[in-house]
Amino acid sequence: MTSLHFSRFARTVLMALLVAGAVPALAIDTERAFDDPALQARYETIGRELRCLVCQNQTIADSNATLAQDLRREVREMIAAGKTDDEIRTFMVDRYGDFVLYKPRMTPGNFLLWAAPVLLLLLGTFVGIRIIRKQAAQADTDGPEAGQS
Amino acid sequence: MLKFGVPLALALLLGVFLFVGLQRDPSYVPSPLIGKPAPEFTLPSLQDPSYPVASKELAGKTWVLNVWGTWCGGCRQEHETLMAIARTGAVPLVGLNWKDDGVAAQQWLSALGNPYAVVASDPEGRVAIDWGVYGAPETFLIGPDGKVLFKHIAPMTMEVWTSEFLPRIQAANAGIAPAGG
Repeated sequence: MTSLHFSRFARTVLMALLVAGAVPALAIDTERAFDDPALQARYETIGRELRCLVCQNQTIADSNATLAQDLRREVREMIAAGKTDDEIRTFMVDRYGDFVLYKPRMTPGNFLLWAAPVLLLLLGTFVGIRIIRKQAAQADTDGPEAGQS
Repeated sequence: MLKFGVPLALALLLGVFLFVGLQRDPSYVPSPLIGKPAPEFTLPSLQDPSYPVASKELAGKTWVLNVWGTWCGGCRQEHETLMAIARTGAVPLVGLNWKDDGVAAQQWLSALGNPYAVVASDPEGRVAIDWGVYGAPETFLIGPDGKVLFKHIAPMTMEVWTSEFLPRIQAANAGIAPAGG
């Protein structure tokens, strides 16, 4: 192995270390909450689903507002206490309403909103079919002469 | 007629929705607690940490919970109004001192006056989370049945007090009057 090869290898390793080291610097919530990677993953996922209500277009994982810190603490404690993700979401919704969820649940109050894409698609299809049929019917009554021109 | 009428009507309807949307405050989050039992709490008193403030003791009364902190500009703004409300003696005002320094909070009350019947100290903000608090000042009205009747998010004003709180307080007290004798 030549010294050139070694330096290339060393550079690669150094680069990999630098890249790996840069990732935690991007996060607001720098402290690892759990040693167990599965719990940590759940913690991070839930943090990205909950809205920080003082800084409304940020999740609690994105924000360093004191309320976001407090809500992260609640999530951490609930995960540590063995609560399920759904129980944690319900805890937040009971206190802050559906608005706290970035992925809102379907409720009687917002059912129309959830159904709107399907309803609009059906309406569009219906209107489209009617227009096409009307045009086809018109073309038929115009007779073959009109069709040739 | 139908060809233009229907799209025109739809456009106008959309316009009405958008116009109403413009008038609404997007930072206002309605509380899911309204009409539900108020979250119970027992916290140390601000003035004397050995003395517990328990929400249970207020059962059967109509009372107001005001969430404040010395770091909160809106709380300074509403303080005179709270003093005036306290002087009317309509309902007991309970303070929730939220994520604050106890010494600073006591200085605030001795300098500006204390409108509260009692102040509960919540430095960790746990009770505040139970109440769905996200920005001080917030003021809750709790009925004699222990249910949350109303929540006001913003500095209290006499206008809000007389138009939103007083009628609800009168209605709530009218409800308990026959039972009380």
